[in-house]
Amino acid sequence: MTLRDYAIRYGFIVLLFGLVAYFAIAADGFVSPQSAVFIFQSVAITGVLALGVTATLVVGGFDLSIGSVATSAMMAAAYVMVVLEQNAVVAVVVCLLIGAIVGLINGWLIVYMRVPDLLATLGMMFLLVGLQRIPTEGRSIATGMTMPDGSVANGKFGDAFLALGRHRFDFFIPNLIPVSVVVLLVLAVLIWFFLEYTRFGRMMYAVGSNERAAELAGAPVKAYKIWAYVISGVFASIGGILLAARLGRGDIASGNNLLLDAVAAALIGYAVLGAAKPNAFGTAVGALFVGILLQGLTMMNAPYYTQDFVKGVVLVVALVFTFALSGRGRG
Amino acid sequence: MVGNAVFRVEGLRKSFGRNEVLGGISLELHSGEVTVLMGANGAGKSTLVKIISGVYECGGGTMTLADQDFAPNTPAEAIRAGVVTVHQNIIDGVVADLDVATNLTLDRLSGKGVPTLFNPARVRREAKAVADRMGLAIDLKARVNDLSLADRQMVAIARALAHQPKVLILDEPTSSLSSAEADRLFALVDRLREQGVAILYISHRMSDIRRLADRIVSMRDGIISGVFDTKPLDYEGAVNAMLGRKIHLDQIVARSSAKPVLTVEGLRFGHGARPISLTLGDGEVVAITGLVGVGKTAFAETLFGVRKPLAGTMTMNGKPYAPRSAGDAIAAGVFLVAKDRATSGIVGGFNIERNVSLPFLKRMSNLGVLKRRLERATARRQIEELSIVCRSEKDEMSALSGGNQQKVMVARWMAQNAALFILDEPFQGVDISARRDIAAKLRASANGRATLLFVTELDEALETADRILVMSEHTIVGEHRNAEVDLDRLLAEVAGGPLHSAA
Repeated sequence: MTLRDYAIRYGFIVLLFGLVAYFAIAADGFVSPQSAVFIFQSVAITGVLALGVTATLVVGGFDLSIGSVATSAMMAAAYVMVVLEQNAVVAVVVCLLIGAIVGLINGWLIVYMRVPDLLATLGMMFLLVGLQRIPTEGRSIATGMTMPDGSVANGKFGDAFLALGRHRFDFFIPNLIPVSVVVLLVLAVLIWFFLEYTRFGRMMYAVGSNERAAELAGAPVKAYKIWAYVISGVFASIGGILLAARLGRGDIASGNNLLLDAVAAALIGYAVLGAAKPNAFGTAVGALFVGILLQGLTMMNAPYYTQDFVKGVVLVVALVFTFALSGRGRG
Repeated sequence: MVGNAVFRVEGLRKSFGRNEVLGGISLELHSGEVTVLMGANGAGKSTLVKIISGVYECGGGTMTLADQDFAPNTPAEAIRAGVVTVHQNIIDGVVADLDVATNLTLDRLSGKGVPTLFNPARVRREAKAVADRMGLAIDLKARVNDLSLADRQMVAIARALAHQPKVLILDEPTSSLSSAEADRLFALVDRLREQGVAILYISHRMSDIRRLADRIVSMRDGIISGVFDTKPLDYEGAVNAMLGRKIHLDQIVARSSAKPVLTVEGLRFGHGARPISLTLGDGEVVAITGLVGVGKTAFAETLFGVRKPLAGTMTMNGKPYAPRSAGDAIAAGVFLVAKDRATSGIVGGFNIERNVSLPFLKRMSNLGVLKRRLERATARRQIEELSIVCRSEKDEMSALSGGNQQKVMVARWMAQNAALFILDEPFQGVDISARRDIAAKLRASANGRATLLFVTELDEALETADRILVMSEHTIVGEHRNAEVDLDRLLAEVAGGPLHSAA
């Protein structure tokens, strides 16, 4: 391997460690279990969404609806528990169903209606952003709210549901690791194993790289594509459940940044280990990278409004790594 | 006529890197004459056309147009000088979202001295003049997108003719037209011939060639291999010059088979084509040959389940065989090495190992989890079997030569035992040594399955097959045992006409 190969392969990881080392020296309290957990927690929801969108990137597609699927799931969870007065299990099942159904519709639009992926999921995004406001006439959902017909909603978020957002597992230190971080890690390992070690994951990569070759090798290409969108939808709805559990209400204004952050993490993932393709490990590292950078900058008193700018810079640099340096981004 | 050639090419050469594509082409085109250029894939036709039309720079030799030097640097220059090309790909010739009138006058919309404002009335007036001159009866206000393929082709040609060319080059203009649509095109070509345009017509379709040709020029391996201009034209001679044997290779020992594997009865996949019936036997290598566009790939795809036949039945080892997808075909033991490996074979993101295992992932996994050790062992065995030149099974496909890439494609499908092994143009873009390796491997491993090859080049059929079938117009028109092949008859069948005793 030449120096250039090393740079492409390990450049981003080195950058990550360099960043950690720098913040460790420059920012007091950066190196502590609490700080590490905080970083993980801050990227948990975007990370889950990013892992889902990775599946659609693998088959050569894209899912712009993940952010709105997540917020729709959040609103649905709140509606089911607060207005319909159901328990946590029903709320979770409803959310997952919404994710799966939206994924199926996305897949159907793209595969059978031949709508280009970006446009189909963009349309779905608008549709969901609007849809989630209809049942409450545009109001956020919380216990005691007044419904459009004048009645008062008396249901509340179940304790089991809230635990998803607030419970912390012991890990050497008592009450250290939040549920959302565990969910992120479990899903990351699952999707990584699925993509790297099962024949379904392998075929999805084949579909993304050369659809016709995959079809002539006997793969049901359409089914694989639809499944990718279902995975993406379900992961996004899991993100929505975690968001609802963290907030404890159905907040109409939250989750605005989810889509861009998740997509950025997945795209940054292309540059990790010189993969030059969507991959679960890279996506997880990408999400972590953004989390570390923002946490470090915050601890060094960088103003909050510079955050999006920093994320953008990281994304652009990562894309240059992937496409210009490795020269493998084509095709 | 020799003296009054309007367009003359002399000693034209072109190389890409060390690869010489044109080795000194000389060609004359006469006013009011249709010269047909024939040549197999890779003979250098497109390169020649691209040099004449100013897309490529010429690597040596001269061109003259009406006794003036002609050396266009850009397509626009060639068009201004009066040499106009309608490329094979219609999309290049028209702008689909604009209406017919705008398309016909598109080239007058840019350049010096054109008014800034777009004047629809003037455009329509000019377009009408162009259309009338050609006898084009298409609604000028229609959007090109809404037109049939044939009408789009007409618009592309009309647009080219708006320049009043001296030389018109038509590159496989009928390849996507029905025969009724083609008739309209021929009428147009006749009209242009009467108007004194020199036409270079590139085609594989013998019916086109019989209908239009005043002269035939055959090309092969970058040189002119035959010029035919005495009437009646010697069509078989032209095909022979394009495809015939180059080098005399060792005759293979033709085997015959007793045990049928695949039986096809009354199969039809082209509208109006005669049905096909044939039997392929165990241990037999059969080659189906024919010109480009006679339905070889359609036949291969029908056998492989990715195209539905219009009629007919297939029987595989005694059981009915009606695959509805590639997956069905593979499950039944029918494997296809598809034509054009870059678009339909190679998965660019995968290394050799993963390309080899692609169709058999199910057989190489347990509860969906891949057996990576088995995958690697299979790839190593196949690399060995087909003597693929590479550093390891982890090499990227892009690091391999064309011949080795093709070997990987063959290795992929030979990793498991086939009942019927189909290869569509397996030797395209493959060097001679890789080609011999693949052919030898196919013959050596032929027992236990039927092997079916689709090839355009006769040499390839003669080198590899026990039996050669000839295809023309979507049906089988001839059969030869590869022992004492009557080449004259074979060529006549390829050329699609009755055997001329004079030929």
